[in-house]
Amino acid sequence: MENKKLHSVVGLFSTPDSIIHAAEKTIEKGYKHYDINTPYPVHGMDSAMKLKPSTMGYFALAFGLTGTAVALSFMYWVFNIAYPLNIGGKPNFPLPALIPITFELTVLFAAIGTVLSLLFVFFKMPDNSNPLHDTDYIKHCTSDMFGLCIEAEDKLFSEAEVKDFLAGLGATNIESIYYPKINTLPIFTKNFIIFLLCSAIVVSGAVYFVTNKLMFMTPYNWMLNQDRINAQAPSDFFKDGFGMRDAVEGTVPRDFIPEEFKASPDSAGTFLINPLEMTDAVLAKGEAKFKTFCSPCHGNYAKGDSRLRGLFPNPPTLHSKKVRNWPDGRIYHVITFGQNVMPSYAKQLSRDERWAVINYVRSLQRAFNPKEEDFNESK
Amino acid sequence: MNQNNHDYVKKPLPPKFGTYGLGFAALGLILSILALVADPVRASFDSLIVFVFLIGMGMCSLFLIGLEYLTGAVWSVPFRRIAEYLVPLVFIAPIFAIPVFFNFSHVFQWANPEYLTLHKTVMAKTAFLNPQFFYIRITAIIVLVGLFSIVIIRNSAKQDNNSDQNLTKKNIRLSAGLMPIFGLGITLIGIDWIMSLEPLWFSTIFGVYYFAGSLLTAFAAITLIAIKLKSFGALPSWITKDHFYNLGAFLFAFINFWAYIAFSQFMLIWYANLPEETFWFLSRTQGSWLYISIGIIFIKFIIPYAGLLSQPSKSNINRLKYVGWWIIFAQFFDLYWLIMPTFSKSGAVFSWTELGFPLLGLGLVMILFKYSYTKRNLIPIGDPKLKRAMDFHL
Repeated sequence: MENKKLHSVVGLFSTPDSIIHAAEKTIEKGYKHYDINTPYPVHGMDSAMKLKPSTMGYFALAFGLTGTAVALSFMYWVFNIAYPLNIGGKPNFPLPALIPITFELTVLFAAIGTVLSLLFVFFKMPDNSNPLHDTDYIKHCTSDMFGLCIEAEDKLFSEAEVKDFLAGLGATNIESIYYPKINTLPIFTKNFIIFLLCSAIVVSGAVYFVTNKLMFMTPYNWMLNQDRINAQAPSDFFKDGFGMRDAVEGTVPRDFIPEEFKASPDSAGTFLINPLEMTDAVLAKGEAKFKTFCSPCHGNYAKGDSRLRGLFPNPPTLHSKKVRNWPDGRIYHVITFGQNVMPSYAKQLSRDERWAVINYVRSLQRAFNPKEEDFNESK
Repeated sequence: MNQNNHDYVKKPLPPKFGTYGLGFAALGLILSILALVADPVRASFDSLIVFVFLIGMGMCSLFLIGLEYLTGAVWSVPFRRIAEYLVPLVFIAPIFAIPVFFNFSHVFQWANPEYLTLHKTVMAKTAFLNPQFFYIRITAIIVLVGLFSIVIIRNSAKQDNNSDQNLTKKNIRLSAGLMPIFGLGITLIGIDWIMSLEPLWFSTIFGVYYFAGSLLTAFAAITLIAIKLKSFGALPSWITKDHFYNLGAFLFAFINFWAYIAFSQFMLIWYANLPEETFWFLSRTQGSWLYISIGIIFIKFIIPYAGLLSQPSKSNINRLKYVGWWIIFAQFFDLYWLIMPTFSKSGAVFSWTELGFPLLGLGLVMILFKYSYTKRNLIPIGDPKLKRAMDFHL
């Protein structure tokens, strides 16, 4: 017992008034290193102990301002740099809309920061031991009595004198508290490691059971299995058994303009006028479309020499006098509605493309049946 | 007979106090009459500011008395009489409504038939917004709140002599009855006398906004008066920093409450962006009103907030005094910002005409205070809670 190091001398009081009186007397006596332990905050204790205002507030202020800065700068980065997005015609940095979030983050940072600094700065967290732990004194202090503890660090401390002083104040259960043999408790004892292992197994088992058995949910595969019919697939739902449906009769596509002069190719020749000019761009477009859609039957130079080796009857040449004298509109009618074996190409070629093909055919015709002025020009 | 071992000795106010009060009132009256002669409409608006300021302060003082009875608050018992001295402002404030009465259709556009023919929306509101019903409402509020105040204050004064606990019980019941009337009354005053200045505009939070500002003013006035009384020794010595800390904490809380309400009103209108709501704020950014609008944020929130943020400053008498005066000024500033843009749309106007009515108001408050102070005790010496109030510590 004698070789133990003395921590403090403690005494218990039974009423809040007596502990306030004791605190005042302790201050008067000149003790600096002492503490009061009470089961609840006693009103008037701060002034009795002549405590200075806590510096905790500065921590809260610093963390709160950090929260404000983080919220504002992060949202500035999101709204102006990372992903500038106009929401409802508001400015890109809509400050009034951001104030609630800034406020929340300020409070959150201040609260969490204050608690953490309380634990790690004021309570010196990793060191969780105190010689008062596990004494009768602290058991009373947390339930039914008020304790005064004068520490041995104090300059004026002497064990006998302090005991007399406490007895003079009317304290009961006066005793000396010694440091435990080992100052800091070892964490990795055998029992503790077994406890850690057991809890790890129990926790991971419970997590596995809860997430995989109790709360198991199929992954979201709504995109894979949809209630719809694939293209070309049959359907039991419709009478005709086809999954793919035609548009309702009389449906007109958007921007649809019906082709005119279906049954009267001659009026098409009279009234339709080629809207395109003979420019390089139009001819290039016409050439590309001609080679794709027309040349398989009409031949690369429109001479009627099909590449299809007689699978279809060969079409006539486009250099005949009849075709050369046709107006543009007449040829347009043939491309649009077809003629004899030739089907309609209205679906493959847009209106402008058809006119461009006609221009290209005209240039081919001119190349095979040049006019006098063409030679004169080249002289 | 008297169980409370208080060491309260009634100390007369300095003789100069009444003279100053009379002086302020006289100077204010002369200035107000000159202002009324110079520009009756503008003077009516100035007078309206003082009316809503004083009636809000008076009603909120009564609210605080009721709150103390209902919650059984202990710390505020020694300050309750100060609030009781301020309550008769409910009867004095209507003096400032007289200029408004004589220029009614110039102040309230909805009372102007030409305006009504132009605005069909306001025409639809005339079932509520007509002068007759308007006068009935304000009279009913003043009469009902006034009756409650007279009975509550008389019970409280009677208790000084007989220390009868039943009087406290009676006052608790009266306070419970007062609360809904007070809530409806202060909301209606805010809507009728401030919001209806722009009859096209509406904001459902406006009553709370006016309440928050008025309650803040009542707290500031009580704090200021308590500090003044302490400085010449009229308050007993057992009123410590801890009692003042509560006043400071409440001031701080209601600075935040006002800011919360004011910001809620602004942000919802700003975000929804509806033309029938935004024009009210838009008209407050025209010309120099923009600087007044930005100033509101600093004057009514940021400066007093920073002033009372730290814990020791809430019980620092000197700091409380400055913040108290500042909040009284800020409430005037706020009401000026709420009311004056209707009179002067292009920009803020300020000259000697704005000073008359506040001076008259200050003078009247001082005269009222002197009268009530000499008539009744400063400390409710018969109150059953006084013993605990004396022992109050943080």
